[in-house]
Amino acid sequence: MAPSRTIEPPPQVRARFLRNRLVWLGLLLTLYWASFGTEISPQKLWSGLERSWQFIVGSPERPNSGFFPPNLDRLGEYLNEMVITIKMALWGTALAALAAIPLSILASRNTAPHPLIYQLTRRVLDLFRGLNEFVLALIFVAAVGLGPFPGILALAVYTAGILGKLFSEAIEVVDPGQLEAVRASGASGLQVFTHGVWPQVLPTVISMTLYRFESNVRSATVLGLVGAGGIGLYVTESIRAFDFKAASTILLVIIVSVMLVDYLSSKLRERLT
Amino acid sequence: MLGLPIRLVNAMVRFPNGSSALQGVTLSFSEHAFTAVIGPSGSGKSTMLRLMNGLLRPTAGQVYVGENEIGQAPERLVRQTRRQIGMVFQQFNLVRRLSALENVLVGRLGQMNPLRSTLRWYSKADLAWAMHLLERVGMAEHAWQRADTLSGGQQQRVGIARALAQRPRLILADEPISALDPKTSEQVMELLLEISREDRIAVICNLHHLDTVSRYADRVVALRKGQVFLDGTAGDLSPEVSRELYYGEAEAEEAPAPQEFSPV
Ligand SMILES: Nc1ncnc2c1ncn2[C@@H]1O[C@H](COP(=O)(O)OP(=O)(O)OP(=O)(O)O)[C@@H](O)[C@H]1O
Ligand SMILES: [Mg+2]
Repeated sequence: MAPSRTIEPPPQVRARFLRNRLVWLGLLLTLYWASFGTEISPQKLWSGLERSWQFIVGSPERPNSGFFPPNLDRLGEYLNEMVITIKMALWGTALAALAAIPLSILASRNTAPHPLIYQLTRRVLDLFRGLNEFVLALIFVAAVGLGPFPGILALAVYTAGILGKLFSEAIEVVDPGQLEAVRASGASGLQVFTHGVWPQVLPTVISMTLYRFESNVRSATVLGLVGAGGIGLYVTESIRAFDFKAASTILLVIIVSVMLVDYLSSKLRERLT
Repeated sequence: MLGLPIRLVNAMVRFPNGSSALQGVTLSFSEHAFTAVIGPSGSGKSTMLRLMNGLLRPTAGQVYVGENEIGQAPERLVRQTRRQIGMVFQQFNLVRRLSALENVLVGRLGQMNPLRSTLRWYSKADLAWAMHLLERVGMAEHAWQRADTLSGGQQQRVGIARALAQRPRLILADEPISALDPKTSEQVMELLLEISREDRIAVICNLHHLDTVSRYADRVVALRKGQVFLDGTAGDLSPEVSRELYYGEAEAEEAPAPQEFSPV
């Protein structure tokens, strides 16, 4: 029999165990702290569940209540509006990608012409991402009026911030050897980009852009709530008018379309990258 | 045309991290067709090559390429000079996601206007020239294959075709065969030698294997610790000289000079 011996972890390992425990403890304390003022309450959730159920299926006392069966009378109109929503996402994403390409060149350490420009562009990108699409849409509605156009602008600005950052991260990890070879042939800075950087980052550019497109379709469905175009307006209108059977049709249109767009876009991503 | 004369005058390179790669190198390259640069790892061979086409600027000293001093010259002039110099790399450095043909066309970028190159709208003449060069290096049937699907030897052939696409007056090769097996190495060296003889393009080539050096080089420059250790021919590389070049430091440490031990 081998002599039994307790296995003692070395002090650094024990310190790591202790640290991990402290991190978990800290997380729990933070959540506890965050429960004040946010009215977290299991009872409310329970009673709310019951009411939500009635809200959805309808109660026999109130005629015309509940979401079912969906009212398909204006389905054509909703579909049309959903197409406009997708068009908004298309333009928002396309404008964003177009802006993000030059911005990301300036925001990458290895391609920026000057460290100052690098810092400045990074901050501009942070600014673009700082407010979400919804808040940006409010601002653009105030600036250019109601309709899909301010929605497109809001999506474009926010997405340019995100894509600019993602593209620049891809640019910063390109293989410098390939760039040096292009530079060594006497190519200009632009040519080093088009023939050295671009081929290396293209797969990332394509997949990130498509990914943001999917996400922008989802975002665009709520922009209508602040008057920035798309199907969101119909959602608010029908719920404000207590026309829940119409609302359920609209929600179904949104869910099915978003799933379809996600599916097609992910197929495209697979094919292109 | 007899190559492109290059002259380094007291060239020094010190990197921002403080490491000193070249400490006053004075050399001229003009008449020899095939020069081998040798020396232990870290002796500054790559640094010297990158200095010669302006990929790196000297901390002090001058770099003359043809008529021009490129060490302090504006980027535009450096770029113009660079177009006359082809470069071949140890790791081939092909743009991996482009075809072999397009990689050769990269060698034409210096002569292409920005609109054409951005749109990848290559002229018939450039395409024909690139195809001709692929044929010359025996890679025509792989023209449309993506670079990252080629074997190492094939990639280096494309790398050489890319350098030739520039119609260079000089080729700099930084250990072009270190990543290749012996047989492929030989083929690549033969190709470089053939090019230098037939097209009368001077080749300056960093090499590791002294056998290769003595087989191909007309002139040998040896660097040690950033300085010129030897400038001659392969015949000057006696076993003693080679040992001193590669192990000199270690031997000196092992066998200290006798007078240190002699009584006062
Ligand atoms: N970008 C750099 N930053 C800092 N130091 C560098 C850099 N490039 C090279 N050096 C240093 O300069 C010295 C010379 O390097 P160089 O690459 O020229 O050597 P080499 O002779 O080509 O070596 P090898 O045979 O290993 O390729 C080395 O000490 C190296 O560490
Ligand atoms: Mg080297």
